[in-house]
Amino acid sequence: MAAELHIEKGRVAPGRIVIYTLLVLVALYYLAPLYVMLTTSVKTLDQIRTGNLLDFPLAPTTAAWAKAWSGACTGVTCEGLAPYFWNSVKMVIPAVLISSLIGSLNGYVLAHWRFPGHNVVFTALMVGCFIPFQVVILPMARLLGMADLANTTTGLVLVHIIYGIAFTTLFFRNYYVTVPDELVNAARIDGAGFFMIYRRIIFPLSLPIFMVCFIWQFTQIWNDFLFGVVFGGADAQPVTVALNNLVNTSTGVTEYNVNMAAAIIAALPTLAIYLVAGKYFVRGLTAGAVKG
Amino acid sequence: MSVTPLFSATRPPAPVTPAAGKTAANDSAVKPPARPGSRFGALADAWLPRLVLSPTIVASLVFVYGFIALTAYLSLTESRMMPNFEYAGFGQYERLFDIERWWVSAANLGIFGGLFILFCLAIGLTMAILLDQRIRHEGALRAIYLYPMALSFIVTGAAWKWILNPGLGLEKMMHDWGFTNFTFDWLVDSDMSIYTVVIAGVWQSSGFVMALFLAGLRSVDDSIIKAAMVDGASLPTIYWRIVIPSLRPVFFSVLLVLAHIAIKSFDLVMALTAGGPGTSSDVPAIFMYQFSFTRGQLGLGAASAMMMLATVLAVLVPLMYLETKGARHGR
Repeated sequence: MAAELHIEKGRVAPGRIVIYTLLVLVALYYLAPLYVMLTTSVKTLDQIRTGNLLDFPLAPTTAAWAKAWSGACTGVTCEGLAPYFWNSVKMVIPAVLISSLIGSLNGYVLAHWRFPGHNVVFTALMVGCFIPFQVVILPMARLLGMADLANTTTGLVLVHIIYGIAFTTLFFRNYYVTVPDELVNAARIDGAGFFMIYRRIIFPLSLPIFMVCFIWQFTQIWNDFLFGVVFGGADAQPVTVALNNLVNTSTGVTEYNVNMAAAIIAALPTLAIYLVAGKYFVRGLTAGAVKG
Repeated sequence: MSVTPLFSATRPPAPVTPAAGKTAANDSAVKPPARPGSRFGALADAWLPRLVLSPTIVASLVFVYGFIALTAYLSLTESRMMPNFEYAGFGQYERLFDIERWWVSAANLGIFGGLFILFCLAIGLTMAILLDQRIRHEGALRAIYLYPMALSFIVTGAAWKWILNPGLGLEKMMHDWGFTNFTFDWLVDSDMSIYTVVIAGVWQSSGFVMALFLAGLRSVDDSIIKAAMVDGASLPTIYWRIVIPSLRPVFFSVLLVLAHIAIKSFDLVMALTAGGPGTSSDVPAIFMYQFSFTRGQLGLGAASAMMMLATVLAVLVPLMYLETKGARHGR
């Protein structure tokens, strides 16, 4: 709405001071956990025990980071987060690329090649955005077991592609309906076929929506825990599962500095993307929110 | 057609002849023109789209609908460690409803879901209205409010687990500052542990709600507001009587998303409290996971999964019905 209506000319209204104070306080509340995580991760355990949460690190050390990366114990093994971080990388890249490409083709069909019942098909696909995944994991576990894909990265990639398609299709379909039908139809009159139109007209227009879709899928898949913990087994565990195991290990002294370093390591890729391409991230969030 | 490199054109290539563009525009969308000349081409155009879509349709039929049906059937069997496909009626549901831990989970979902949604809505809407007052550095503030959404719930849980831990976290900090009577041990208090999940959940998701409301506020029609101001309405009245009611569709989306996050909430609870102390902060998602995968009670796990699905449907269906009804009345 019209924000300029609320500005009083010439002086700073007391109301503005209240508003700014509130906004800054809330900003501090959102930032506090990040500050605590960062400072804790470079503190020594001694300072953690004697000092308090908001203290500045007296003698910053990266020892906790090194341990979190390559020496901390996550359950039975003590190799740090590194192997699991790479598991996540190996999982997320193919899953994002393939689910986005399929979503793009699906969206193109649903937006421009309407056939009888295309609405029913679209609605039926969208159900995949809404279901709680608990309701499919038991049969999925059985199927992956039978296909010899249980506890493998390939299995996880497959699962993420299958349950990501609903969202990617939604993104692309909603974007492609804004491409004028005239454009597609003119190309058809010129004799361009289905794939030719996709390659020459639709795909070149798709860069922004591919960005949104990549970032959304990357965040979803990187941050996933349920599929990772159920289908990842010991070998293909993604970094979220390893982090959880690290944080919830009940034996020995809890090394909060290592835990916080590990949490930041697990969060770095998505945080980096948020910093670099925040606008696409937000667009993905809001586009996803419209339908689910 | 000229050859265009794949990623070079950001603007659409112009229709090749103006005349062709016009004819096509006359009956756009509903029935695209057939490709002239080639019968093979026409045939390909009729079947290729369906062919491209069919793997997705099959996958969705099998992995969504088929799997839901399988889980439903599994919940009607005696399956324990291994699936057993002999029909056994509704015994698993009877057992489920006899387990006290299930009701603890369900009640916790109610508490968490209710408070999570309430606080996210209240904070998100308030922040959006404040940010809507032509604020300097709005972009930076928005980015700060929104970054938790990029984090995994596991990371959020780990961070808050450390902050809320009574021995070294917030409580100790307050003691150091001289508030020696301050106690905040909800994390290890079985009566209060579920509320720590609310704290972390609201921290993670309220900024996102703010972003949705802010987008909604920006699309409210200025002229109505100016008219109200001319009539002498105060700013709070304008927001309360005009602006907020017009955000109805945004409320629906926000509710939909938040309810969805709450019902499937699993990772946050796992990382923050692991359902504890004891089973005091258990939620259905954790119940389902533990009975299915660590206790070898597949049938019971399936029954609890079906109850989760039923909860999602019970929330989503009325919301979507109301939303489409609202849309029809031009809201």
